[in-house]
Amino acid sequence: MSERIIEFRDALREAMSQEMRRDKKVFLLGEEVAQYDGAYKVSRGMLEEFGPRRIIDTPISESGFAGMAIGAAMMGLRPIVEFMSWSFSLVAADPILNNAPKMLYMSGGQFGCPIVFRGNDGAGGQLGSTHSWCVEGLYSNVPGLKMAIPAFPDDAKGLLATAIRDDDPVFFLESERMLGLQGHVPEGDHLVPFGQAIVRREGTDVTLVSFGRPVHFCLEAAEELAKEGISCEVIDGRTIRPLDIDTIVKSVKKTNSCVVVDQSWSFGSPGSEIAAQVHAHCFDDLDNHVMRVHSADVPTPYAWNLEQEYLPNARRIAEAVRSALYVA
Amino acid sequence: MSSVTDPVRSAAGGRRPLAERTSATPEQLRDWLRQMLLIREFEVRTMQAYQDKKIGGFCHIYIGQEAVAVGCTAAVNHADPIVTAYRDHGHALARGMDPKYCMAEMFGRIGGCAKGKGGSMHMFDKPNNLYGGHGIVGAQTPLGTGLAFGAKYLDEVVGGGSNQHVALAFLGDGALNQGAFYEAMNLAGLFDIPVIYVVENNGYSMGTAIERGTTMSHRIIAKGEGCGIDGYELSGMDVIDVYEGMKKIADRCRAESRPAMVDIRTYRFKGHSMSDPRKYRTREEEEHWETDDPITRLRDAMIEGGLIDDDGFKSLNREIKAEVKACLAWAEASPMPDLSELYHDVFVEKHGPYTGTSMPQIVTDAEDSR
Repeated sequence: MSERIIEFRDALREAMSQEMRRDKKVFLLGEEVAQYDGAYKVSRGMLEEFGPRRIIDTPISESGFAGMAIGAAMMGLRPIVEFMSWSFSLVAADPILNNAPKMLYMSGGQFGCPIVFRGNDGAGGQLGSTHSWCVEGLYSNVPGLKMAIPAFPDDAKGLLATAIRDDDPVFFLESERMLGLQGHVPEGDHLVPFGQAIVRREGTDVTLVSFGRPVHFCLEAAEELAKEGISCEVIDGRTIRPLDIDTIVKSVKKTNSCVVVDQSWSFGSPGSEIAAQVHAHCFDDLDNHVMRVHSADVPTPYAWNLEQEYLPNARRIAEAVRSALYVA
Repeated sequence: MSSVTDPVRSAAGGRRPLAERTSATPEQLRDWLRQMLLIREFEVRTMQAYQDKKIGGFCHIYIGQEAVAVGCTAAVNHADPIVTAYRDHGHALARGMDPKYCMAEMFGRIGGCAKGKGGSMHMFDKPNNLYGGHGIVGAQTPLGTGLAFGAKYLDEVVGGGSNQHVALAFLGDGALNQGAFYEAMNLAGLFDIPVIYVVENNGYSMGTAIERGTTMSHRIIAKGEGCGIDGYELSGMDVIDVYEGMKKIADRCRAESRPAMVDIRTYRFKGHSMSDPRKYRTREEEEHWETDDPITRLRDAMIEGGLIDDDGFKSLNREIKAEVKACLAWAEASPMPDLSELYHDVFVEKHGPYTGTSMPQIVTDAEDSR
């Protein structure tokens, strides 16, 4: 493991910068990415290195610049589109859902769309409902796109580099709450393949499956539950599409119990999809039905205490685990 | 009656000698006549095939607007990317797509330009730099902006030279009121993107006359001017006028690397789609425009200029009819896509149930003929 420790945001920048040095077809565009150094400083310093032709400040015009980037991707370029927040991607729903993931299919294989859309996803900063979208549930429903959602800085770099080199559209979900998270990140080329989940904590009693920031909630819950003698295995899925169901199934066959933790709303979500798949694969192995912990099925509240309760937090996860294990 | 008028109609340009009107060679003129006849005959046969239920879904006919697609594509280079909306058969054929792939696409056959996965509204032709056929009104305008941005980026940032390209983004007047179009124009004006927004202004957004849905309908180029984009108005019923006007605009956009907006006044002789009874417009209005048929205009000009005679025209027409008949037979003979195609072309790489991608016949044939 690399000895160097950097922040999540630095890891993202390093992936982009290294890929931009490697390939002139890669460029970054979005609101405030250049002169402002990025609204969250992810692209700090990139304008100086790459210049305004490749680090492009756009107006607040998501539908326009997302669509423009898709047109450029059809020409063979590899745009990285930064959404300041995925919440703002909703006004670009038509290009990002109707064009990017469908172009290859609708053109019979002629025009692919090698593009990365990335930005902050999820609640937790007291931003109120319009700025707190978890788009996993909405967007993972659409075939033709890939969705990566790192939980640690090394994956932030490795998954983003893979996303940029991928020939298909990738929706890359970051969390504003995690940009300052520090961790060991390899220098130089670092690629994390899509569709390979990782076991973050080994355990024997229950399998916790999660993605992105809630992986940390799971680890926190596992720590608490260990004190009660409950051993949790925590799986970080890393990509939602493609989904590494094999790693999940292997773990559930060992623990005979599964709790899925997903920060999107429960109705028609990655959590419900994983629960269905686990039921299909592990029907005879399960001691209880798969439990799910999601964000509460309400618009995201502003008040700190309500927002904390809204999130799939460690307490709610621990309660679900006890329930799954018939522990009163 | 729609307020759409043909701004140069009274000029009776066809009466001036051809040599004064155009720099186009006799070969070019013959080619345009041929292309317009091909589109017309293709669309007549498409309507029949649709009525025979060989074509499904929505189907939008280009008859009446032929001079626009033919004149505009003639005014740019083959390497210049173009993108359009769902009334796209004319653009595909004008761009050089063999009509057999176009018809097979509508028949839902594997020989279709998109292996039968796109249908009438979604014609794609990579060898001819046609980037679709797009079904959502206005959605193609940011894409067209991106094509021009991409071509310029490849020329300048990747290639290290200067911009050599201009992109055409066709839209109907019905797309004038979509937000995506304004966002696209703002970006193009802001970033000096060499894209031309070609408004095929046929006066109707489906069944809504332009003045019922669009402010400044008498002067829509004001919309582009608001984004710092130069606007032009052209008659769309005469292919020579379209070509001459568009050639100047395209050359300028390419050289200056700037966008433009062109309001081309035209008329669709048929309904919005195959299911349109056209109750929103009068028979008188339709007849008024039908007397100004773009094919008749060019034919008469060429006869007057001694480039073709009646017999020559008839024989060209026969030739076209035979070609389209053959393309119908080819489409009919092309098999339906194998069911395995359902999971093909979703992702470039194979993973899970997805079997990767491969090029359709329209591309492999083009490679073979090289």
